Amino acid sequence: MLASIAFYVLSIIAVVSAFAVIAARNPVHSVLFLILTFFTSAGLFVLLGAEFLAMLLVVVYVGAVAVLFLFVVMMLDVDFAELKQGFLSYMPIGGLVALALFAELALVASAAGSANGAPIGLAPAQPSQVTNAEAIGQVLYTDYLLVFQLAGLVLFVAMIGAIVLTLRHRPGVKKQDIAAQVGRRRSEAVELKDIRPGQGIG
Amino acid sequence: MNPSVDYVPLITLPVEWEWGLMKLGQVLGISILLLLSLAFLLLFDRKVWAAVQLRKGPNVVGAFGLLQSFADFFKFVFKEIVIPAGANKTVFLLAPLITFVLAFVSWAVVPWAPGVVIADLNVGILYLFAISSLGVYGIIMGGWASNSKYPFLGGLRSAAQMVSYEVSIGFIIITVLLLVGSLNLTTIVDNQAAGIWAWHGFRILDFTQFPSNILVGVIMLAMLVMFFVSALAETNRPPFDLPEAESELVAGYQVEYSSTPYLLFMIGEYLNIVLMCAMVNILFLGGWHLPWGSVESLGLDPFWTGVVAMLVFYVKIWIQFFMFAMVKAIVPRYRYDQLMRLGWKIFLPTSLAAVCAIAYYVTFMAPAAATSVAGG
Amino acid sequence: MSRLLQAAKGALMLDMIGGFTLGMKYFFRRKATINYPYERNPQSPRFRGEHALRRYPNGEERCIACKLCEAICPAQAITIEAEPRADGSRRTTRYDIDMVKCIYCGYCQEACPVDAIVEGPNLEFATETREELFYDKDKLLANGDRWERTIAKNLELDAPYR
Repeated sequence: MLASIAFYVLSIIAVVSAFAVIAARNPVHSVLFLILTFFTSAGLFVLLGAEFLAMLLVVVYVGAVAVLFLFVVMMLDVDFAELKQGFLSYMPIGGLVALALFAELALVASAAGSANGAPIGLAPAQPSQVTNAEAIGQVLYTDYLLVFQLAGLVLFVAMIGAIVLTLRHRPGVKKQDIAAQVGRRRSEAVELKDIRPGQGIG
Repeated sequence: MNPSVDYVPLITLPVEWEWGLMKLGQVLGISILLLLSLAFLLLFDRKVWAAVQLRKGPNVVGAFGLLQSFADFFKFVFKEIVIPAGANKTVFLLAPLITFVLAFVSWAVVPWAPGVVIADLNVGILYLFAISSLGVYGIIMGGWASNSKYPFLGGLRSAAQMVSYEVSIGFIIITVLLLVGSLNLTTIVDNQAAGIWAWHGFRILDFTQFPSNILVGVIMLAMLVMFFVSALAETNRPPFDLPEAESELVAGYQVEYSSTPYLLFMIGEYLNIVLMCAMVNILFLGGWHLPWGSVESLGLDPFWTGVVAMLVFYVKIWIQFFMFAMVKAIVPRYRYDQLMRLGWKIFLPTSLAAVCAIAYYVTFMAPAAATSVAGG
Repeated sequence: MSRLLQAAKGALMLDMIGGFTLGMKYFFRRKATINYPYERNPQSPRFRGEHALRRYPNGEERCIACKLCEAICPAQAITIEAEPRADGSRRTTRYDIDMVKCIYCGYCQEACPVDAIVEGPNLEFATETREELFYDKDKLLANGDRWERTIAKNLELDAPYR
């Protein structure tokens, strides 16, 4: 009972906020709604018993990725009028994508319906006393080790790419040598001079 | 029903309801305990800070100023809420609420004593990590919604800072998880039951496993220190209070806030600090266990064991908080580039190396008992 | 070598520990805070507080309207008007000090040949309006009567050093 109430509440919030992501006029609001969507999806994962995934979703997407989104969107100077202009011309393609997505969803839903309540796909492959972090770990680091590492590599390459593209070595830039600063001694930095009265520092 | 029970319940409720009411009671109890402790922790913070600077600190309201926090509370509550004309009203008011609520929500999984926890999640530590990573939203939203330069800069600074230090916090947590083999907070604490030499922060004292304890001990001690420093950065405490650097940014993201919204920010911030104290406690300093052994070894009956455990946990939090307060008193504020350098160039590589080293230790050097907790 | 030493010092957190010890040393020191309205810091006899015009023991006001104080006042806070009194002695008809302008330099009391204008020990003369800080002769004389004992004591204590 409680679980189904939770499910419906969470999914309604998720759907509504997902809609609000594209409907909101203010891009910052859009990102905030996106975060809400992520968060409610994490709740849905918890309901499915996949608490590890739920936490990862929150940590990675909400805690890191969405923060960067928010960062960028806040910094951008978005011209709403200009954005609105292109809206109609992209309408057909957008509609097409939406239709395709909807059809896919319907397909999945009908498949789930035809299974008569038997769980599909997400059925636990491990005995239930193993926690789900371990279950994922056992699969991820054995059968899918190569794929996992490759995925990591792709991200790594992307990161290096971004750095290479933006990093410029300009000549003549003064840089800090922090170790030298921290390692500086009093004897190197301070010199006591005996100044005679009436002469000043020559 | 068991006839030997010597009380008759006034009303009988369905099990689900009873469970719900019990949880509600626990939530209320812990919230009130936290808020009350917070009032005195705030005062304690100010007192410690004052003492180091040869001042007496608040000493007018109540004996030794004990009621100062309550006076402040009423002052905040009765002030006018000022919302800037250009502010985004909804987000502006949502931000302190988010900070406040998130700060409370994370306490749901913190175990106070064996079994005394609102929700004993299997992924407790991840939950704490997730919620603390959400804390940045309150600040960044507050900064943006104020529609003013200083708060915005403060919010951005803070977001960058918290995101940076979360990475190293994550790695440091992983070193502990590797040693314990579980994400459950109670299990993590019970893994340190034997005594101070079993506490993750002080593994170096465990001379029964001589050569390996040096490796793991040195690393874990460093991790303890790094976690503490990262916790300072994560909670925007001095010396990393750049988001609210009053010399440059007036008060950072809090500039436009007044009255109750400001109070909520303040409570949220301090509650996060206390949470970080609790996390250091759970991860590195043995949670509710005593330095010479577990609380269970005292041989008290379960109720009193629980009480003693809670007390120990509570006292340890206060000691942690004392350290937080002392750091505020004795360390000058970092510059922003120094902060980033510390986070990305020192803490990140060090903690990454530590994860590898601890993984090596767990796989090849640890006694069988330490890894068996994994149960897999 | 010094780099290595520095690194070792950093790794062992010696700086941090040193700072902590110093902090703790101060933590237990006697506090400098005083409970102000009830406790006060000691005050020098030379303290330059609120102004006062003094009288001779027989009640005659000291000021002879020489206007030296008016002349020396760097902030030009003093205004004096003088006329011979009925008995022929030279006295002020007006002696105003604008306490808002005054910088409490003490030149007026240095300049005074008869020790009439002095800066007394009083430092608690804050007012709620600006106008109350424009002192006239009556106010200054009243101040003199009120603080005469302390002022006389202070002048006596300071006399050997003048």
